[in-house]
Amino acid sequence: MGSITLEHVNKSFGEVQVIPDISLDIKDGEFVVFVGPSGCGKSTLLRLIAGLEDTTSGIIKLDGQDVTDAAPAKRGLAMVFQSYALYPHMSVRDNIAFPLKMAKLPPEVIAQKVDYAARTLNLASYLDRRPRALSGGQRQRVAIGRAIVREPKAFLFDEPLSNLDAALRVNMRLEITELHQQLKTTMIYVTHDQVEAMTMADRIVVLNAGNVEQFGSPLDLYKKPANRFVAGFIGSPKMNFVDGPEAAKHNAHSIGVRPEHFKLSTTEGAWKGTVGVAEQLGSDTFLHVQTDGLGLMTIRTDGDQTFKHGDVVYLTPDATRIYKFDAAGKAI
Amino acid sequence: MATKQTRALARTMMAPAVIVLFIWMIVPLVMTLWFSFQNYSLINPMMTGFAGWANYVYVIGDPSFTQALVNTLILVGGVLIITIVGGTFLALLLDQPIWGQGILRILVISPFFVMPPVAALIWKNGFMHPGYGMLGHLWKFFGLQPVDWFNQYPLFSVIVIVAWQWLPFATLILLTALQSLSEEQREAAEMDGANAANRFRYIILPHMARAITIVVLIQTIFLLGIFAEIRVTTGGGPGYASTNIAFLVFRTGILSNDIGAGSAGGVVAVIIANIVAIFLMRAVGKNLDA
Repeated sequence: MGSITLEHVNKSFGEVQVIPDISLDIKDGEFVVFVGPSGCGKSTLLRLIAGLEDTTSGIIKLDGQDVTDAAPAKRGLAMVFQSYALYPHMSVRDNIAFPLKMAKLPPEVIAQKVDYAARTLNLASYLDRRPRALSGGQRQRVAIGRAIVREPKAFLFDEPLSNLDAALRVNMRLEITELHQQLKTTMIYVTHDQVEAMTMADRIVVLNAGNVEQFGSPLDLYKKPANRFVAGFIGSPKMNFVDGPEAAKHNAHSIGVRPEHFKLSTTEGAWKGTVGVAEQLGSDTFLHVQTDGLGLMTIRTDGDQTFKHGDVVYLTPDATRIYKFDAAGKAI
Repeated sequence: MATKQTRALARTMMAPAVIVLFIWMIVPLVMTLWFSFQNYSLINPMMTGFAGWANYVYVIGDPSFTQALVNTLILVGGVLIITIVGGTFLALLLDQPIWGQGILRILVISPFFVMPPVAALIWKNGFMHPGYGMLGHLWKFFGLQPVDWFNQYPLFSVIVIVAWQWLPFATLILLTALQSLSEEQREAAEMDGANAANRFRYIILPHMARAITIVVLIQTIFLLGIFAEIRVTTGGGPGYASTNIAFLVFRTGILSNDIGAGSAGGVVAVIIANIVAIFLMRAVGKNLDA
C-alpha cells in the first residue's frame, strides 16, 4: 500500500517561500511525475514527502497516517538520487544490502533478496565490483536495486536520468516504466523533461513557482491545458502563442497553436511568413517561420518537406485546435 | 605524454634544485656516519682515531636506549590516538551549522600556530606547575593535593602538551574530509534506515579513512623527532622517564659532549624512523590507493 496525501503543505526557507500551498492526492500504485522548470520547487516537494526537509506547515499522510514529523527511515519510502548516491567504499552487493542490514534482517534473507534484485536488474555479474567500476546506467540500476530490496510503500525518483546520455536515458525510461508495471508500487518521479513526464506518467503534476498548475493524465494536459503555462510547457516543440488583434478575432487575450496543428501551403493561407531555420529530423521537419507581424513560429511538418531558408510559406491553424487564454493566462 | 625534448628540458631545468637538495642531505649524513665511527669526545680531546663499532655498542647497549625507544613509541602512539579520536570528534562538531562558525574554526586551529617551546612553557608554568599552575589551583579548589605533573607523570605530561599542539592539524584535515562527503550519500543512508551511529560507522568513517591515513603518516614523521617540549619541561627526566630517541641523541652528543656516540645514536634514530615508516606504509598505505 502506498497512497500519499498532501494537505496544504507549505515550505519556506527563511524569508523565501518555495512552496506556498500544495494539496495533492496520489493513489496507491500510481506513477506520478512532478514536472516543471528548474527552481519550481519540484525537488523540494519530493524531499518533503521523503522527510529530508521539514514542512513549514501542512500535513503529509501515508496510507492515511500522518507522517509529517516522522523521520525519513520511519516512512518506509525509498529514494533514488540524481547522483545515485551509491556508497563508494562498498561493493554493489553491500550497497544493495545496506538498507536490509540496517533493518537487521538475517544474513540468509538479505542474500536471497539481493540476489533477486540483482537478477531483476541484470546486475548479477557485477555484484562484487565497486560502484566506480560501473557505467552510468549500471550505477543507476544499483541505485534502483538498493531501493527495491526494501519493498517500500513508494519510490521517489529525483531526476534519476539527467546524468545519462540520450540513448541510455530512453532505455532506462523504459526499464523504470517496466519496473512499475511489475511491482505496481506507487512511484513519484521528478523531472524537468516533459518528454519523460509524458511517456512515463499515469498522472502529471505541473509545477510552477511552487504552485500546482495542473494535475492530470498526460493526454489531458496535452489536450486540455488549464492555462498558458501548462500549454507552453507540455508538448515539444513548444506551442506558438499569438497576442493582440489576431487573438481578439477569437475573443481571447491570447491564442495558442501547437506546431503540429498547422496547414502549410506555398500559395495561400491565413498567415504569411518566411522560413528561417529548418530542422530536419528525418521523420519530422521543424520549420522556424518568421511571420509578418505575429513573430516567430515553429511548425512541425513531415520529413519529406524540403523548405529552404528564405522560402515564403502560408500557415493556416487548425480552427478546432486553437487554444484560447484570457488576460490572466487561464484557458477559456 | 611529454616528448623527448620536453623531458630533456625538464631534467635540465630541475637539475640545480635536485643537486642542491642532494648535497644538503648527503653531506650531514656522511659526516654523521663518519663521526659515529670516530673516537670524538669533547671532554677527552686527546683520544682520537677510528673507534670501530664501539660508539654503537655503547649507545645501543646502554639501558637508557631501550627506555628511550619505548618512550618514543608510547609518545608517538599516545599522541596519535588522542589527536585522531579527538580530531574526529571536533571535526564532527565543527561540521554542524552553528553561529560564529568561522571564528570558532580559527580558534580551534590557533594552537598549531604557537611555537613548540612557547606552548611547552605555557603548559609548564601556566597549567601544570603544582604551585601556581591552573590545574594546581583546580585541585586545591576541590581540596585535593596538587599533582606535580612533570615529576609524577613526566611522559604523560609531554604527551598531553604535544597532543594539544597537533589536535588542530588532525581536526583541520579530518574536517575537510568530512565536508567533502556528498550530502546525497548521507541522505541516502538516512533513507536506508541508518541511525546516526550507523551513518558514522558505515558512511562517514570509511569516507574519512584516507584523511586519517594522511594524519597518521604526517604526524608520525614529526612526532618521532619531538624535542623542544621535552627540553623545556622535563629535560628528559626524572632519570630517563621522558627521554625519547631524539632527546637521547641530544643528551649523549651535547650534554655529555660525546660527539662520536651522539652521531651513532643519530644514525640509529634514522634507521628506526625508516623501520617505522616501512611498517606504517604497509599498515595504512593501502588506504591511499584511489
